[in-house]
Amino acid sequence: MTSQRAAGLAFLFPALLYIVVFFGYPLFNNLVMSAQDYTVKSFYTGDAPFVGFANYAAVVHNPMFVRAVVNTVSFTVGSIAFQFTIGLALALFFNDRFPGSDTLRSLLLLPWLLPLVVSGAVWRWMLDQDHGIVNAALRALHLSHLLHPSGGPVPWLTSTTWSMPAVILTNIWVGIPFNLVILHGGLRAIPDSLYEAAALDGANAWQRFRHVTWPLLRPVTGIVLMLGLVYTIKVFDVIMVVTGGGPANATQTLTTWSYGLSFRDFAFGQGAAVGNILILAATGFGVLYARLARQSMDAA
Amino acid sequence: MAMVETHCARTSIVALAIFAASAACSRSTPSDGGGSSAIVELDYYTDAQGSAAWQKILDTCAQQTGVRIQRQTVPPPQMLPKILQGASSKSLPNLLFTDNPTLQQIASTGALAPLADYGISTEGYYPSIVSAGTYQNVVYGLAPGVNGLALIYNKDVLSGAGIPVPSTWDELKSAAAKLSKDGKYGLAFSAIPSEEGTWQFLPFFWSNGADLAKVDSPQAIEALKYVTELVNGGGASKSVLNWSQNDVADQFVAGNAAMMINGSWNLARLDGEKALHYGVAPIPAPRTGAKSVVALGGEVGAIPLSNKETQQAAAKVLSCILSEPIMLEWSKSHAYVPAKADVAAKLGEQVPAMKAFIEEVASAKSRSAELGAKYPKLAKEMATAVQSALTGQQSAEQALQRAQQAGGS
Repeated sequence: MTSQRAAGLAFLFPALLYIVVFFGYPLFNNLVMSAQDYTVKSFYTGDAPFVGFANYAAVVHNPMFVRAVVNTVSFTVGSIAFQFTIGLALALFFNDRFPGSDTLRSLLLLPWLLPLVVSGAVWRWMLDQDHGIVNAALRALHLSHLLHPSGGPVPWLTSTTWSMPAVILTNIWVGIPFNLVILHGGLRAIPDSLYEAAALDGANAWQRFRHVTWPLLRPVTGIVLMLGLVYTIKVFDVIMVVTGGGPANATQTLTTWSYGLSFRDFAFGQGAAVGNILILAATGFGVLYARLARQSMDAA
Repeated sequence: MAMVETHCARTSIVALAIFAASAACSRSTPSDGGGSSAIVELDYYTDAQGSAAWQKILDTCAQQTGVRIQRQTVPPPQMLPKILQGASSKSLPNLLFTDNPTLQQIASTGALAPLADYGISTEGYYPSIVSAGTYQNVVYGLAPGVNGLALIYNKDVLSGAGIPVPSTWDELKSAAAKLSKDGKYGLAFSAIPSEEGTWQFLPFFWSNGADLAKVDSPQAIEALKYVTELVNGGGASKSVLNWSQNDVADQFVAGNAAMMINGSWNLARLDGEKALHYGVAPIPAPRTGAKSVVALGGEVGAIPLSNKETQQAAAKVLSCILSEPIMLEWSKSHAYVPAKADVAAKLGEQVPAMKAFIEEVASAKSRSAELGAKYPKLAKEMATAVQSALTGQQSAEQALQRAQQAGGS
């Protein structure tokens, strides 16, 4: 028993070491940094006086804080709602095998394979107010006036109203493959016999989805939504490339703000504080997920 | 959504990346086996033309001084993070070329060697570049070349419309409005929410007599109102809010803008466009007879502290880069203005397109001279103020008052 236990620990050790070195150490440092008056000078001299919770107080009292939190929430909720719905619809679509479905499905992975900087740059280009293809398409389809009362080009990236939808749109596009792949895997795991039985009972397509697919997909749905939440809440690249947090801070989220505090204002302590607040929020959801997952396992 | 691990590392918390990365990067110092004859140089010339031109300069100086130069290049936004990594792991490069408004930040850490210790004198340099490289009365950085902004215009479009090159704000506004039609705009400039946006706004701000010590002065408000009217009047695209200076140059080259405010470093690229006939003029001034004042741009060379021999070797290389023939060669190949007035005059004779830039640089202001290490924070607030006014979120007054409160203290 004890030797088995020792062997178990030995196998655990490399993973543990990895976590401590690459996650524990930086995390600890970030916590320390958020309690310090950390300036450019501190990097060289190592001298950073402790200031307790002063950085957190400064950050929370900054008018940007509420704005960044609201932006982070709307970005996350907006992105996930659409990524998930579209991902699920596509997964259901590709669950029926038809000629070319595998090829098409692999093509849909493309957004996932592209570096985010590339996707961001292309979307920024497509959303250009004057020459972007998105506005050109809207004009051709006579949809401009629906989105923009004057009927003129939609100021995707140049108005404080439209820039958030624009970055969410980009992020939805980037996130669909992830939802598609995981949900598709979940669908494949549902035995065909259940659908046959449902069909025999006279269930129509909606009823089959409502009473067979949806309940059996729930564990996978939980994973997708929770991972999506954690990944989306900390998105940095997409926003940085598409709008840079602008115009006029309209797309500034906690991540871009943290970056700005650290590398533009050189208030590293405050930047770290914002980062920690974000980690705390993400951890909260992570713990919630772990509990939900255990509950559903116990139930099963 | 970022599913890739690199993104996780970068996004979760940028600040902690410094620690992780600094550990990984500490190998980049040269082995001391080579003694004093090898140095690590760091710059951010990542564009093809600039990078090639700079490599040539380094090769020449390596040959002249006998010092082996190991070059490192990072994209401009990563320059300061890279330096901070180096500082925290005591593995700074031995010679670095960084954007001049960041020099004082770096000098404030105490990581740089005074240039006077190596007999590098500031004689003959434009006073503004010397002040940009000075921290607490000690010179830590000097540049072989500097740059500034000017009005670059499409000769064919302007003459085709019968519009003379504008020299005042009123002329610029009416010219821009007249030249805007059919999805094309009269003027393009950059107003992105970063230092680049501030740097493009400063010529309007300073030329109108405003001062960085008080960014909500009536002169400053008037300047921001003017820029806002330029855009709202249709003379420039609202997209200036998203355009970096490179994007601005793209718009100009593509024929989407008849005029642009941009820097001399773009000239090499414009020269490559055979069908494009461009002219360069000083940025229009608020009124007739007034002079436009631009911000001084460009990179200063500085020597981080390491050991005596390596610092000596770095100083030799820096002296070579700052020598007149190299200064002239670099300025020509990268369309910079030589940092010494008499060398600049020489360049003006050889390259007429540079004349407007040389004229502007002579009276250019250093961004960090007044505020020193406080400049970057104020610069960010100013860029936000410009964006707030351009999007109509706040009036010019409100926007600049907020910037003054947030960044001026």
